[in-house]
Amino acid sequence: MNKVLNYIPKDSFIHRLSGTTKLVIFLTFSILCGASFDTRVLIALFILSVIGFLLSKISLREIRVMTTFLAVFLTLNFILLFIFNPEYGCELYGSRTVVAHLWGRYYITLEQLFYQFNVVLKYVIGFPIAILFISTTNPSEFAASLNSIGIPYKASYSVSLALRYIPDIQKDYHEISQSQEARGVALGKDVRFTERIKNSIKILMPLVLTSLSRIDEISNSMQLRSFGKKKKRTWYVLKKMTAADYAMIVFCAVILIGGLIITNQGGNNLYNPFVR
Amino acid sequence: MKNDSVKKVVATGIGAALFFVLARFVAIPSGIPNTNIALQYGIQAVFAVLFGPVVGALSGFIGHILTDLTWGSVWWSWAFGTCVYGLIVGLFAKKINIYDGNFGKSEIITYAVANLIANIVAWPIIAAVGDVLIYKEPFSLVFAQLMVAAVADFACAMVVGGLILFGYSKTIAKSGSLDKE
Repeated sequence: MNKVLNYIPKDSFIHRLSGTTKLVIFLTFSILCGASFDTRVLIALFILSVIGFLLSKISLREIRVMTTFLAVFLTLNFILLFIFNPEYGCELYGSRTVVAHLWGRYYITLEQLFYQFNVVLKYVIGFPIAILFISTTNPSEFAASLNSIGIPYKASYSVSLALRYIPDIQKDYHEISQSQEARGVALGKDVRFTERIKNSIKILMPLVLTSLSRIDEISNSMQLRSFGKKKKRTWYVLKKMTAADYAMIVFCAVILIGGLIITNQGGNNLYNPFVR
Repeated sequence: MKNDSVKKVVATGIGAALFFVLARFVAIPSGIPNTNIALQYGIQAVFAVLFGPVVGALSGFIGHILTDLTWGSVWWSWAFGTCVYGLIVGLFAKKINIYDGNFGKSEIITYAVANLIANIVAWPIIAAVGDVLIYKEPFSLVFAQLMVAAVADFACAMVVGGLILFGYSKTIAKSGSLDKE
């Protein structure tokens, strides 16, 4: 596992967009998907995100692990939503259409099914967009694009540092846990729970101490290079904005505003097909 | 040492990287979905105590979002929970003079109080409100998940974070520890 954020370099329309644009797309979808519970808006977003995904030329095989994880998570969440409150959809939509009776208080109602369909939709929309964002944006460009949408450059630089040092810290962790294992400190499944916690501290302690000395080293060398002296900084990897970028940003603004208007039409952010 | 802004930038980055590594590779499941007994919160608490509220909040927030991105969807309400958690623990950092090499009874109590408040505000309040507003999940389900999260994170921050802070305080020479011979 040496790939940090599964960046998959390719040549596609999406890859050629600047990181800033992709960040704007990602945020637009996140905001709209978070704010809206309107099925029509959600379905439109879903179709758009699938189109984006197809444009990026990333194959499903390359993201198999994440897809499996999402499927397991959604199934569990689907079941739990029903078990914890089978009547929640009815409360939400203010009507009750029973389809079948399972047992006890568990009735299958159209409202509940529709509500859970919406929840699944919400999770599924975020997926292609997040995948799109991380697999088509070069991690080094990521920090530059954060800065260009108005995040202070010091905070952006923290993100860039995090991405730069994740592989190193991963390596540290691996080395420390291997050498502790050689001394008999195990973390495997056959170890008791309390023992595992205790042993994990024997790994974390050196990890934190090396990280702290690393912080000293890095901040010293950054200070020597006068980091933080000026109000602005330029980024080596920042891509120039092209016509396609501006077009995409305008497009995002349009779907964001349009989506919010449609969502808030009925007084709340629900789309209610059960109202007669 | 504490008010050094370059150092804070670096500490945020490295803290986020640590958070990411621990969240991705060393999670112990607790039995309820999306809820792990996560060592990363112990480390976040340590960073909040060592470097203050801004580093505590941002390192967790960045680490959380990066972790979520690798799974394919960012869970914003919980990401904000993580952010608030680090912020609140960090606000107590001035009361815990770890750089003097002291991590005794009174510091441990302060640390425990900070964690208690931070966990209550971050999970059953911030993250739960977010889950109900954004995902319209029923409150009972959200609350069950978040109470488990709050209790587990509190335990983890106390045990893991506490022991690391204690260990760290031992590496610093106490002020006034020189004896006249």
